[in-house]
Amino acid sequence: MDANDTTTSPAHAAAPSPTPPPARLSLWKRVLAHPLFWPLLALGLLLLGNGVLNPGFLSLEWRDGRLYGNLVDIGNRAAPLVLVSLGMTLVIAVRGLDISVGAVLAIAAMVAAWTIGRATAGGGDGLMPLWLAVVAALGVSALCGLWNGLLVVKAGMQPIIATLILMVAGRGVAQLIGDGQILTIYYAPYSFIGSGFLLGLPFSLFLVVVVFVGLKVLLERTALGLFVRAIGHNPVAAHVAGVRARAITLALYVFCSFTAGLAGLLVSSNVASADANNAGQLLELDAILAVALGGTALAGGRFSLAGSLLGALIIQTLTTTIYAIGVPPQVNLVVKALLVAAVLLLQSPEFRGQMRALVTRPASGGRA
Amino acid sequence: MSAQDSMPVARRGGLLRMLRDPGALSLAVTVALFVAMSAAGGVLYDGFLSPQVFLNLLIDNAFLLIVAVGMTFVILTGGIDLSVGAVIAFSTVLLASLVQHHGWHPLAAIALVLALGTGFGALMGVLVQRYRLQPFVVTLAGMFLARGAATLVSVDSIGIDHAFHVAVANLRIPLGGGVSLSAGAVLALLVVATGAVLARGTRFGRTVYAIGGSEQSAALMGLPVASTLVKVYALSGFCSALAGVSYTFYMLSGYSLHAMGLELDAIAAVVIGGTVLAGGSGYVLGTLFGVLVLGLIQTMIVFDGTLSSWWTRIAIGVLLLAFCLLQRLFSRRAAGAGATA
Repeated sequence: MDANDTTTSPAHAAAPSPTPPPARLSLWKRVLAHPLFWPLLALGLLLLGNGVLNPGFLSLEWRDGRLYGNLVDIGNRAAPLVLVSLGMTLVIAVRGLDISVGAVLAIAAMVAAWTIGRATAGGGDGLMPLWLAVVAALGVSALCGLWNGLLVVKAGMQPIIATLILMVAGRGVAQLIGDGQILTIYYAPYSFIGSGFLLGLPFSLFLVVVVFVGLKVLLERTALGLFVRAIGHNPVAAHVAGVRARAITLALYVFCSFTAGLAGLLVSSNVASADANNAGQLLELDAILAVALGGTALAGGRFSLAGSLLGALIIQTLTTTIYAIGVPPQVNLVVKALLVAAVLLLQSPEFRGQMRALVTRPASGGRA
Repeated sequence: MSAQDSMPVARRGGLLRMLRDPGALSLAVTVALFVAMSAAGGVLYDGFLSPQVFLNLLIDNAFLLIVAVGMTFVILTGGIDLSVGAVIAFSTVLLASLVQHHGWHPLAAIALVLALGTGFGALMGVLVQRYRLQPFVVTLAGMFLARGAATLVSVDSIGIDHAFHVAVANLRIPLGGGVSLSAGAVLALLVVATGAVLARGTRFGRTVYAIGGSEQSAALMGLPVASTLVKVYALSGFCSALAGVSYTFYMLSGYSLHAMGLELDAIAAVVIGGTVLAGGSGYVLGTLFGVLVLGLIQTMIVFDGTLSSWWTRIAIGVLLLAFCLLQRLFSRRAAGAGATA
């Protein structure tokens, strides 16, 4: 659009200093074209809108050696979704999908609660039950991921169906662990994971930062990121080029379930209980939405971890906003649905082509 | 096609060809499973083999059967519709609200609900077809939207006590010998029959199979691919709304949390019924047996009394896995046979 104007209208070209506008334009274009521009803008506008409506919204307060405020709260609440979105991003990047993350979260939560129940009943003291619970929950969720990955890679099933099986059966397994009951956790050290503070900030934020930075380093300092993109763009070509596509895909499914397990620890620790039916309900949808909002192509290949992080924050901010301005919380679902539809349409080349035709046709008609 | 077809055993060709079709083979396994499970139930539990137990399978799963028929068509084209459970919930809430709070006659409300369901399905179809969006994401958004719209109409469960509605709900059609069917079950059987005719006996049905086989080839053959795809999602939306109507006859209430997770049961029923998930092969009648097998699992768990309800989820998951693997096996073998011939 901008480029069109400068090239077609002679008035602009005849301006006294022809060089500065293109430079400014190109900077502006570069900002616009940056993949994180739109997610950042959306998040910024949401936060700004909240700040205008409720002046106290953006304020942070240091009290009793801890940081308090809505922003910290949003970060803390969004942590499970951010973790799962990171795992989901990589699975989607290799043309996969994992709709079992909600069920895996429930399983991990139940395993952790069950382990703690057993360990503390057996007279385990100190931090031993905590470590046992963390290892058991993460181990079981990694196994769930291995199961998903094997069905996709070895059995050759479509990812949505392969993970559908665990999504259906997983909640049943979670209920089996708790014998159909909600397990309550009576063990103080465990609550540190989901609601503890470290250096004045919620511990969950540190967990998110560690996972995010770890992934960034792994994907950008090694060839792994390139391999993931190659598999996503064309699995066969990647395989022919010597990329171990199947092993990498399998590992990414394991990692995705692992992040769901981490989220399960956070959620169950935060509410000091594990609910097989309701923990992580609709998490898979929120995670897919976060990934789509962040600019990752749902058809694979192009992905952005930072984008997914922003997407998850947008979703959580939206939820907080809707609660804060007193709209019935049911609106949340409708807003999310319309958001997904809008993002999908913007990603669709056919739609963009149609819109471009719609915009340029009247303009050129007027000129002619 | 292969060496066996040209051999003198042409009379048995029909059977052979059927056995080589992965969908038909899978259907045969499903029917055998249904018979075996019924027999096992008869041996294990007293009174299991009474006709009313089997008719109750249809009565209790009427809405699932209706939804699954619509889902069969979507999966036959290689797509998927995750919005069906939410559309059912929306239909029940809207119907109940119109009848109870706005004084509509149930028939008028039913007409509106069916029209809305069809329109909603068609809209998703347009998004899938026109803008090349993946069906699962589009229908996922549709699921959010319909569930959210349902809660916007009413957060609470609305009971329906309109005389006409209650009369239809209590209607029992006697089949002789003391057994009977509900209106919802009869409706479901009609939907299955219509679906079977639509799939096998019409241009629309043949186009659906062709699209599932290869969308490009179907388009090159000059088949109306675009309009058929939209119609398929509209049909699924219509079936969901109709299932919502039959749900209100079954439960006599409208609630935004009705039919949670029903889309998974519907997909499971279609897959267990022998429809290949990649599209292009399968039977509407198979879906009937898929629903019956799912219902039979629940009935057996109820009859047993000692097993907890979550075993249903696990059993459905295991069956889903088994049938997916079976399909892979059959289709791989079919592909292998085609390659060697």
